[in-house]
Amino acid sequence: MNWTHAGTAFIAAFLASVVEFVEAFTIVLAVGTTRGWRSALIGTAAGVALLALLVIAFGPALQKIPLTTLQLVVGILLLLFGMRWLRKAILRSAGVIALHDETAIFERERATLEHDALARSRIDWVAFVASFKAVTLEGLEVVFIVIATGVGGMLFPAAFGAIVAGALVIVAAVALRAPLARVPENTLKFAVGVLLSAFGVFWIGEGLRFPWLGEDLALVALVAAFLIVSWLAVIIARSAARQRLPVTNGSAGGGAA
Amino acid sequence: MNVVSIVTTALRELWGLFVEDGSFTIGIVLCIAIGIAILPRIAIPAEWRGAALFVILALVLLENVRRSARQ
Repeated sequence: MNWTHAGTAFIAAFLASVVEFVEAFTIVLAVGTTRGWRSALIGTAAGVALLALLVIAFGPALQKIPLTTLQLVVGILLLLFGMRWLRKAILRSAGVIALHDETAIFERERATLEHDALARSRIDWVAFVASFKAVTLEGLEVVFIVIATGVGGMLFPAAFGAIVAGALVIVAAVALRAPLARVPENTLKFAVGVLLSAFGVFWIGEGLRFPWLGEDLALVALVAAFLIVSWLAVIIARSAARQRLPVTNGSAGGGAA
Repeated sequence: MNVVSIVTTALRELWGLFVEDGSFTIGIVLCIAIGIAILPRIAIPAEWRGAALFVILALVLLENVRRSARQ
């Protein structure tokens, strides 16, 4: 096993999954405490089942695609996905857009659900759909990241990273019984954006058969290079933001991710 | 919620995984196109093609962040 690849795949999948699990858990917690746990957990289970079905349906098909084509396609998608996260994390670090606030999201979701108080049937469909949607959408990102970082025989370390992240978030959430507001989400997103962008460039290069200086160690060099560029980008964004006229927050495309 | 709106929502969410700022996405796609179509044809050592791809992507990121912060 190539430990440079395995370690990077594990770390990338672990950090990205922590972020996604925390986001999904925040919604499920709001649904459960507001509308009851039964429908929230059924919605969660249905979301997990749909994700498992998608992996079973499309996973084997990926094995049939030639490796270089798969590396190129996955590299392009990883680059788009990773650089989107990185851009947002940079703008948040620079104070251009607001930080992601799990407590605020929890309260907003709870207020919406309380306002939408329907007569409780055996299954509360509002609670079911809210939990199902949160788990499916955030879980889809986890599945994508695990598959993408696991290309080239690294599926096991990537999947292991996601499983460890899921277990950690569930244990922390059960222990705290509150939204995981103290998770340094932007720092995690920053790190994940750097890792996924580096993976994206590396896989595109592999897909195009570019020989890398240092071979697989080029991946570590790309991570370091993206980190330096991102640090520079934060400085540039802070400086540019100081020069603009005061405007309302979130004008730079700052929806929740 | 009917089937059409469920599918539309799912597609919109899927699109949103990869695209947030349109000009940024176009910039990245152009960099990839350069990597595919131009880098193999110009006179730089093959070992430096990956590094060249990284450099143009880094420039796109820095320019987009600067522009977004000024808006």
